[in-house]
Amino acid sequence: MGKDHILLKTDGLVKHFELNQGFFGRKAIVQAVDDVSFHICRGETLGLVGESGCGKTTVGRTVIKLYEPTAGKIVFDGQDITGLKEKEMLALRKRMQIIFQDPYASLNARMTVGDIVSEPLDIHGLARGPKLREQAMELLQKVGMSPDHINRYPHEFSGGQRQRIGIARALAVNPDFIVCDEPISALDVSIQAQVVNLLEDLQHEMGLTYLFIAHDLSMVKHISNRIGVMYLGKLVELAESSELYKRPLHPYTRALLSAIPVPDPDIAEHKQRVILKGDVPSPINPPAGCRFRTRCQYALDICSQLNPEMVQVGAQHMVACHLMT
Amino acid sequence: MKNILEVKNLSTSFFTHAGEVKAVKDISFNVGIGEAIGIVGESGSGKSVTSLSIMNLLSFPGKVINGSVCFAGTELTNLKEKKMQLVRGNEIGMIFQDPMTSLNPVYTVGNQIMESLLRHQKLNRGEARKKAIEMLSLVGIPGPENRLNQYPHEFSGGMRQRVMIAMALCCKPKLLIADEPTTALDVTIQAQIIELLKDLKDKINTSIILITHDLGVVAELCSRVIVMYAGSVVEKGTTRDVFYNPRHPYTWGLLKSIPIVNADHKERLIPIDGQPPDLLNTPPGCPFCPRCDHAMQICAQTQPPLSQLGEQHLAACWLLHPGAPRVERGR
Repeated sequence: MGKDHILLKTDGLVKHFELNQGFFGRKAIVQAVDDVSFHICRGETLGLVGESGCGKTTVGRTVIKLYEPTAGKIVFDGQDITGLKEKEMLALRKRMQIIFQDPYASLNARMTVGDIVSEPLDIHGLARGPKLREQAMELLQKVGMSPDHINRYPHEFSGGQRQRIGIARALAVNPDFIVCDEPISALDVSIQAQVVNLLEDLQHEMGLTYLFIAHDLSMVKHISNRIGVMYLGKLVELAESSELYKRPLHPYTRALLSAIPVPDPDIAEHKQRVILKGDVPSPINPPAGCRFRTRCQYALDICSQLNPEMVQVGAQHMVACHLMT
Repeated sequence: MKNILEVKNLSTSFFTHAGEVKAVKDISFNVGIGEAIGIVGESGSGKSVTSLSIMNLLSFPGKVINGSVCFAGTELTNLKEKKMQLVRGNEIGMIFQDPMTSLNPVYTVGNQIMESLLRHQKLNRGEARKKAIEMLSLVGIPGPENRLNQYPHEFSGGMRQRVMIAMALCCKPKLLIADEPTTALDVTIQAQIIELLKDLKDKINTSIILITHDLGVVAELCSRVIVMYAGSVVEKGTTRDVFYNPRHPYTWGLLKSIPIVNADHKERLIPIDGQPPDLLNTPPGCPFCPRCDHAMQICAQTQPPLSQLGEQHLAACWLLHPGAPRVERGR
């Protein structure tokens, strides 16, 4: 399987949400995702990081068309899926799945584990009758759970086990591409490693492609081949993961990386930290020009006037900052 | 260093319909003046219940069944509620985990900060207001005069957490208990809060108990660490002891299951297999035994005592017994 084969590509992806501000209020537009372009190769994991509200989840949901994009293009395996109708999407849904953040909210409490896991098979007409049950049991085994759990309900399981059920459900239709939307942030430290290892094993076994969304930067670095950094709806830097951590170029990436608490007392003691002042501005009225300029210590005049374009600075390294051009 | 807080043999249980849940089992530790200690452990390990027991905030069916909590020479476990109210918020401040739900949505932020000032310190409203403004600027909220009149929903998560810290600190408590103060926040905001806590410790000599599951945060802020598992202390010592020379298999597991950010090549994570035990019917013996790679026969039968390993370094594991086989920590 060639790594150069592009499975998913977005071109200038835009997603705006209209916000009704009361009866007399003017309509406001939340610019959740603005002009985001990237590609993911087959078998690769692309990480997406950023603070809450930066639009990373929206990107994840838009690329598999759970949200209708406002503008831009999404190409999946050579096919433009931007304008596809819901019915036409159904066939493709088999190939793209999602694992949700909150394992407590994403499983139907009234369905047994077996029903949850086999529902996708039923919808896509992939199995029927006793075969359905058999496959559900196989899936449970695949994610490291006992097949006997098939008749139990979600409340009988811990967070880590529920997340495994969520993964089994995503795997049911044998997809090519899975959006992992913060799959580990609700779990305990020792359980996080279990789930990450499981995701890695499944990737090798089934040749899966992941879009891995998270705000835990050390875990993202561990699992991803390349990482995109988002800030307020924009992709500000995209690079190979070790390159990004060794040579971060965008001031925001640098601040984000320096903020990771290091579990090593000696390093922690001598660390120089870039502290970002203030909060992320509202995506309803983002700053003109570079969106990061209000918190950037290197901001120039040009930053308030012109939106920086993504430029190539290395083989796999792209950054959107006026300081780099 | 004198101790501001001494906890001895504290045990707390919840008497539920299903039976007694032993949430905290016989833990002892102390906190020096101007010192920050960290309590780490997974959810359900009893770290939050420990802090609630110290604050005397447990409600039915929870109950402190044994042990003593001695704060600045006063025994807190049997203190009358009226007296306890003078301690709470005044001498011991507490920052709760979730800034989104810990503030009252129908009062302005100013009112909530001033409440404890008006109650504990003999200030009039004008003075309390002034003090509240001072606190808000101390925790780094811009434009405190205007922000004082706003409601919690007008603040972002990081800002609300700062308000919580301002509330906890306004009476200049001698001890601050921070229960996962940064868990709900983004890393950049988390970094701001850590720096703020560091400043408080150094500038006004506040003692801090930091409860968290993030070992990175502990390494940055605390001088000593207590590792808890299933309600018991499994290891405690200086931060360097625990990070560089951990002796309990659970601590090994915790340290091994987090990825190293600075690593050049990718190493596979080594998780701790299995699940934390059910506290309702904990088996006899070491609670970590079912998940431990090095478990021996005795581990399933008798709970290991805390062994003294250094001046401050203790761990509860049978492997530390002179007669036990020598086991090396992996990696």
